[in-house]
Amino acid sequence: MLELRNISYNVADEGQDKEILKNVNITLSDDKFFVITGPNGGGKSSLAKIIAGIYKPSSGQIIYDGKDITDMSITDRARLGISFAFQQPVRFKGLTVKDLLTLAAGEELKASACDYLSEVGLCAHDYINREVNASLSGGELKRIEIALTIARGSKLTIFDEPEAGIDLWSFSNLITVFEDLKKKTNGSIVIISHQERIINIADEIILIANGEVVKHGNKEEVMPLFSGSTFKCKFK
Amino acid sequence: MDKIQENLLAEIADLHGIPTGAYNIRANGEGAGRRSTEHIEITTKTDKPGIDIRIADNTVRESMHIPVIISETGLTEAVYNDFFIGKNCDVTIIAGCGIHNCGTQKSEHDGIHTFFVGENSKVRYVEKHYGEGDGNGEIVLNPQTIVHMDAGSYMEMDTVQIKGVDSTIRTTKADVADNATLIIKEKIMTHGKQHAETDFTVDLNGEGSSTNVISRSVARDDSTQLFVSNIRGNNKCAGHSECDAIIMDNGKVGALPKVEANCVDASLIHEAAIGKIAGEQIIKLMGLGLTEAEAEEMIVNGFLK
Ligand SMILES: Nc1ncnc2c1ncn2[C@@H]1O[C@H](COP(=O)(O)OP(=O)(O)OP(=O)(O)O)[C@@H](O)[C@H]1O
Ligand SMILES: [Mg+2]
Repeated sequence: MLELRNISYNVADEGQDKEILKNVNITLSDDKFFVITGPNGGGKSSLAKIIAGIYKPSSGQIIYDGKDITDMSITDRARLGISFAFQQPVRFKGLTVKDLLTLAAGEELKASACDYLSEVGLCAHDYINREVNASLSGGELKRIEIALTIARGSKLTIFDEPEAGIDLWSFSNLITVFEDLKKKTNGSIVIISHQERIINIADEIILIANGEVVKHGNKEEVMPLFSGSTFKCKFK
Repeated sequence: MDKIQENLLAEIADLHGIPTGAYNIRANGEGAGRRSTEHIEITTKTDKPGIDIRIADNTVRESMHIPVIISETGLTEAVYNDFFIGKNCDVTIIAGCGIHNCGTQKSEHDGIHTFFVGENSKVRYVEKHYGEGDGNGEIVLNPQTIVHMDAGSYMEMDTVQIKGVDSTIRTTKADVADNATLIIKEKIMTHGKQHAETDFTVDLNGEGSSTNVISRSVARDDSTQLFVSNIRGNNKCAGHSECDAIIMDNGKVGALPKVEANCVDASLIHEAAIGKIAGEQIIKLMGLGLTEAEAEEMIVNGFLK
């Protein structure tokens, strides 16, 4: 279980203090599907980076399984079982898909490398020895990022807009992939998404706008707030 | 040959014992073994230190080793090796220099290699530099490579210097005839107060000639590097050079690329990128469970692989 207590995150923007997250309180219980949604620039990715340890909150606490991890490094959080798939995956000159998958899986890869790649719709034979460099297309890179995260099999996995750049054709498979991962890890999965099809599979939905949690509840409670163009007006 | 020398051979040429095919081993300034074969003849130069290597026309799928090792402190030598490669050959030449310096004096090897690559021949040239030792004696290597390529020939030069060389200045000059191609790949990592310089000059003289010079390097600690290249397109040709460097700690890297088109049909490109490891690369690998230091190590190893 992960608890965010009074999390605020400020950055200095052109000499001014800018509030990216304002006093955010969220509890992510185990064995559930969460979807974080909300308008662009609302603070979703920032929140995910705070959970993964990439950003340090300006104030507040992060409690994971009863332990205060607020000051813990990215590495230690990863080892504890927190995993984060980037909205914009990173490219590496010289490192192959296999190098990264081996690292993510934490053991010598055997048949499983194939499985991780085919789960995200990539043919292992074609991709396993490719460098994760600029030669990969955006969608390929995004799928590899998802495969890495699946290979890690963490207790808490956060995907930042996993569907972005993935063709509709593979989309339904992606949902199956998340469901399988949840079954396998008995953990919780957090998906940052704007897609209704993903929102539909969520146990709980967290709506974030302007750096604040506007609503945390089930679909019936949150969806009415999405009523088309009125959405923005409600929270401005 | 003693343990130290055997180890140097393994480091630079992956050699464990006597190689198959033609070879010439130079140890501490003297010949330590040689074999010529039916198609590859090795003879000692009479006017200066070094050897002549003559490879007969149509020699295919043969390789030769010409490692140089130095385990004495204070030895300085300049060695001239000339390669006369016939027509229609396909050969691999593995050179390299390993220096073990446990003393306090400088050990230096300057290898001057000249290649005459015959028409339609294909040559792969591999050269690895390695230095070790626990003394304060400097290890210096200044290789010069001069390549003359005849029509339709192809040469790939792979040079690697990862460890232990205090100072190196690598000079490579080439002229490339019609439809000939020269590929140069260099990998360098410097540590401590080491300094490495590379200077490539390629004249694309022939119609349809081409070259690709690819340098990847890492400068750590207080080490410094300088990359200089000059590709001259003197005919309808294609030239590309690329210098890609990672700097760490107080490492410094300079790149002075020059491309010079002397013909309206010459197409020349240079790319240079120097910078520290991208923070997000480290963050990604830390998110996969590595510490920051382990992440850097993996990124550097992959980059120089
Ligand atoms: N270092 C920074 N300096 C200034 N502003 C920043 C900085 N980092 C983030 N922001 C701002 O914080 C806000 C939240 O960004 P964040 O990436 O978390 O949004 P998001 O909800 O993930 O948006 P999207 O749906 O577009 O991915 C944005 O307005 C962004 O411009
Ligand atoms: Mg985002």
